[in-house]
Amino acid sequence: MLDLRSQEWLEPFLLSVGALIVALLLFGAFMMLQGIPPLELYSALYIGSFGTRISIENSLTLAAPILLAALCTLIAARVGLLVMGGEGAIVLGGLGAVLVGVALPLSSPLLGSLLCLLAGALFGGLWIAMAGGLKRVRGVNETISTLLLNYIAIAILNHLISGPIRDFSQTLKAQSWSIPSYFMMPNIPGWSVHWGILIGILVCVLLHVLLRHTTFGFSMDVVGGNNRAAQMAGLPITSIVVISCFLGGAAAGLAGAIEVVAVHGAASESLVVGFGYTGILVAFLARQKPLAVIFFALLMGGIAASGGLLQRRFDVPYAATAVLQGMIFLCVLASSALSGRILPERKSK
Amino acid sequence: MISRRNVLTGSAGLLLAGGSIFSDRVLAQGKKTTTVGFLYAATRNDYGFNQSFAVAARRIAQLPNMKLIEQERVPETAQAERAMESMIQIDGANVIVGTSFGYWPFILNLAKKYPDVLFVHGGALWKDGDPKNAIGFRGYMEEPHYLCGIAAGMMTKTGKIGFIGSKPLFFIFNNCNGFTLGARSVKPNATCQVVITGDWDNPVKEAETVNALVDQGVDVIVANVDSPKVAIETAERRGILSCGYHTDLSALAPKGFLTGAEWNWSKAGEFIESWRNGKPYPNLQRGGFSNNMVTLSAFGKSVPKEVQDAVLKAREGFVNDSFKLYKGPLKDNQGNEVLAAGREISNSDNAFKVNVKFLVEGAIGSTGLK
Repeated sequence: MLDLRSQEWLEPFLLSVGALIVALLLFGAFMMLQGIPPLELYSALYIGSFGTRISIENSLTLAAPILLAALCTLIAARVGLLVMGGEGAIVLGGLGAVLVGVALPLSSPLLGSLLCLLAGALFGGLWIAMAGGLKRVRGVNETISTLLLNYIAIAILNHLISGPIRDFSQTLKAQSWSIPSYFMMPNIPGWSVHWGILIGILVCVLLHVLLRHTTFGFSMDVVGGNNRAAQMAGLPITSIVVISCFLGGAAAGLAGAIEVVAVHGAASESLVVGFGYTGILVAFLARQKPLAVIFFALLMGGIAASGGLLQRRFDVPYAATAVLQGMIFLCVLASSALSGRILPERKSK
Repeated sequence: MISRRNVLTGSAGLLLAGGSIFSDRVLAQGKKTTTVGFLYAATRNDYGFNQSFAVAARRIAQLPNMKLIEQERVPETAQAERAMESMIQIDGANVIVGTSFGYWPFILNLAKKYPDVLFVHGGALWKDGDPKNAIGFRGYMEEPHYLCGIAAGMMTKTGKIGFIGSKPLFFIFNNCNGFTLGARSVKPNATCQVVITGDWDNPVKEAETVNALVDQGVDVIVANVDSPKVAIETAERRGILSCGYHTDLSALAPKGFLTGAEWNWSKAGEFIESWRNGKPYPNLQRGGFSNNMVTLSAFGKSVPKEVQDAVLKAREGFVNDSFKLYKGPLKDNQGNEVLAAGREISNSDNAFKVNVKFLVEGAIGSTGLK
């Protein structure tokens, strides 16, 4: 029993790690062509990601929103949808947190923070649930609709922060009113890292339990695995799809709310920095396993954090980081072809 | 490895103990290299704002014992603070140059935390009470825009020139007014079509705007957007003339480029030299041609000698401060009197300039402000 279970996650894990190593080797070769010695490159990648305290803090802070954004794609993928809407859900989540944070006549810091986070999750959840509903009711392709919803979300944000909810006393840039400072989430004591990363890990664990140990999780897999079979089994497919999309969107919305409550204090274009898209990459790397998301989100956070050091040390443009991310994505996609082939004994199951 | 920070701490201790007349910076400077870290909000070679800083960074790197490190696409969020801190801690940066407006709050945080690091910011936001190891500086770009306006006014055949602005902000209005006033100083009935796109960076809208302006008979444009590349290229394709903004953009329009308004951020090199030699440096520096905070791009091939001479002559007026950009009688484009005859606004009157919410007579368009 234990053997089977360990194999079930072992193969995808090995594939992802293998793909990651191949991508890093390819990246090393690519940078060597630019005259950068591979050893120095890898050492810089390490120093910039987990090699010093400030790098670790940097990586963890970046990993938090990536982790939650990955769940947006991941949960929807369990019911067979390819959702790209993490970026939009983050924006909506951030907006939700601000609207509730500003409107609440509350003086309790903890309750205030929590309600902001809940509002963010609700906004993000409804946003992606909309795409799930459209898919089921009108047959609208969810990949395209969620991608387009990202642009709509950003447009809504820009509209709101340049007029209706703009804080005109902030002259540096267009941003919304700020939530009360006592609603702001503190850092983890002793670290300049906010609680977002721990919240993210907790959500991943909860999700793991939901997917593995509940009938709802099982019915999600049935819907994702074979829609027809799910129909025959009499599963309420539409509800399951919409709820799953809601949960995914809620995770990304929570990411946006955390960015507001822990970092910015207000909604602005700072919410739109591509965490949603990196999240898609992490969901693929993790092959739709919530616990693996934790590992790969930390890794991608590290890679994102080390990008700055790469630029500074080797005088390469930002695009170098994008090249690395692109290589990882391609390698992961290519490695899917090996799925089910590297651990042949699995057939004995 | 003995890091510079250790040396600094050590020498600071010496200073306290011995009451040395040398500052720690002088002691540390000797043969030590100063590492300058530049942060950009977008890519360095954007044919615009960021490039203007990258050009300056290269000039500053030419100074003796200066090492340059750069990081681009740093968002104006807490990520910027961590990038700066990581430059200081991992790369041993002694000077941080934050090029984007939105980095300022993070610079303030870190300037308090790292008093032995100099922070230079391309936005004149420093105010009394802010840390002394922070510097804000920014040039009066309306001055070179006035000179561009002269070139535009002398070169236009239709008497219609065009100004494309990004955001409805005071410095954009000042630049627009400079451009219009310059053109009307040589061609009194010239008009300037003003379009505010609402975005720092929206190439599609900018190209559409240029096309629309050309269709209306405009034959010289300047674009006050983050990267005027697309606007200038579109102008060149449509066969009209253009002026640059931010940095030298002459390569984008070999035929139609007149001249351009450029920042001179390499001024930061002077601050850094003073700082590391223990000499006084300003915390807040604004200025135009008179203190070398702005420059003019080299003239394009199509600019005849007499136009060049007229522009350079006008520049002298700014350099020796004999010419004032805003002087009466001055009306806005709604017909209201802004300045009565005889009234002059000093070129360094920042309080007046930041409150400019009008477009001068001859500008066609509105600020969009109430």
